[in-house]
Amino acid sequence: MAGENVKHLTDAEFEEYVLKSDLPSLVDFWAPWCGPCKAIGPVIEELAGDYSGKVQIVKMNVDDNPTTPGKYSIRAIPTLILFKGGEIVDQVTGAVGKTQLVTMLNKVA
Amino acid sequence: MANTDYQLIILGGGPAGLTAGLYAARDRLNALLVEKGVVGGQVLVTDWIDNYPGFPDGLSGFDLVEKMSAQAKRFGLETKNGNVVKLELSQTQKKLILESGEELTSQALIICTGARPNKLGIPGEDKFTGKGVSYCATCDGPFYRDEEIFIVGGGDTAVQEADFLTKFASKVTVIHRRDTLRATKVLQEKAFANERVDFIWDANVIAIEGDREVERIRLRHNNGEEKEIAARGIFILIGTIPNSEFLPLQLLGGDDRGFIITDDEMRTKVPGVMAAGDIRSKTVRQVINGAGEGAVAAIAAEHFLSGLD
Repeated sequence: MAGENVKHLTDAEFEEYVLKSDLPSLVDFWAPWCGPCKAIGPVIEELAGDYSGKVQIVKMNVDDNPTTPGKYSIRAIPTLILFKGGEIVDQVTGAVGKTQLVTMLNKVA
Repeated sequence: MANTDYQLIILGGGPAGLTAGLYAARDRLNALLVEKGVVGGQVLVTDWIDNYPGFPDGLSGFDLVEKMSAQAKRFGLETKNGNVVKLELSQTQKKLILESGEELTSQALIICTGARPNKLGIPGEDKFTGKGVSYCATCDGPFYRDEEIFIVGGGDTAVQEADFLTKFASKVTVIHRRDTLRATKVLQEKAFANERVDFIWDANVIAIEGDREVERIRLRHNNGEEKEIAARGIFILIGTIPNSEFLPLQLLGGDDRGFIITDDEMRTKVPGVMAAGDIRSKTVRQVINGAGEGAVAAIAAEHFLSGLD
C-alpha cells in the first residue's frame, strides 16, 4: 500500500496544490536519510486514507525541493505543517504519533 | 489476581520495550505495548550502529528498530498509540490513564519510557530550537550543507556525530568543557583523523543569539575569557534526561536525576512493576543493554504473573 494515498509534491506544485486549495492540507517535509521521517511514513499513509476528501495529506522531499522548506524556515525534519486557506494552522516537528496527528487534523477536518 | 484488561503492559517502544514485547509475546502473555509517538525511540535518530552484534556490516537505527518491531509482531505483540499521563499502582492492579481519558489496566507493568536529549539551559536555546539549535545530527545535519557547524559535548554521541556531520558541513567544531573526551577511543580516533573536525577545549557555550535564526554563540573559556563566534548551526549533544515526569518515582524508587532504580531482575519497589532501558538508573546506555534489560524485565514479569515472585 506504500505510496497509494500520499501524493509527493514538488516546489513547483506547492502553491497551486496547497496554498490555493479549497481543502486543508497537511504537508510532511521529509527526506530518505531521516530515520524518524521513515518511521512516521506508515502513519502518514494511514491518515491519508482516513482523511481522504477532508484533508489533503502530502509529502515533500526536502532534498529535491529546497525552496518551500526554505520559505518556511525548516531546519529540522520531520516537520509537518497544516495549511488552510493558504495560512499555517498548526506545525509540529519530530516523530509524533497517530493520536497527536489526529488531534491536529481534527482542527480543520 | 484482579480482573484486568491485560496481564502485562509495556510502556514505551524503544529497544527495551520491543524486546520485552518479543519475550512476552513468545510467552503467550496477554500483553500490550503502549507508545506515545512511533516505535523506535532514540535509536531512530542514530545514523549508523556498528556495535549491535549480529550485524557485521552495521545498520541504521531505523533498520534495527524495524527488525525488532517486525520480530515482536511476528509473535503477535499488540501495540497501541497513546500518551500516558498518570499511573495508579497497586500490588494487584496497574492502571494507566491516557491523555485521551482512556484507562488501561494490567497485572504487571514494564516501564521503558527512555530518555530524551539534555538541554544546556542557556539563553536562546529554546527560542532557536529548529532554527539553528538542534539535538539530532541525523535529522538536521543536511540542512547545513557547506556551512560550519558547532557541536557541544564530548561523549560518544557528540564525537560520532562530529564525524558524521562532515558529510554535509564544510567544518565541524566540537566545543567541550574539559580537555579530554569521554567518547569511546575508536570514535575519538575517527574524529581526530578527520581534517574537517576541529576542537575548542575547556569552554562552555553561555548564550545563543540572533534575530530570526541563530547568528552567533557566546563562549566562556575555563580561564574566564569570553568570546563571540559567528554561527548558524549548533548541535547540543550532551547526554540525556529521563522521561519520568508522570511517574510516581517515590513509590517506584528513583535516583536524584529522575531515573528508576531497580534490582538485577529489573524490579522496582512496587511488586509487578519492572523498568528497563534508558529510564533505569545506570551508567551504560547502549542499545544492546537496553534490549537485554527488556528481556530480563519480561521474564521477571512472567515470574510475577505465575506467582513465583
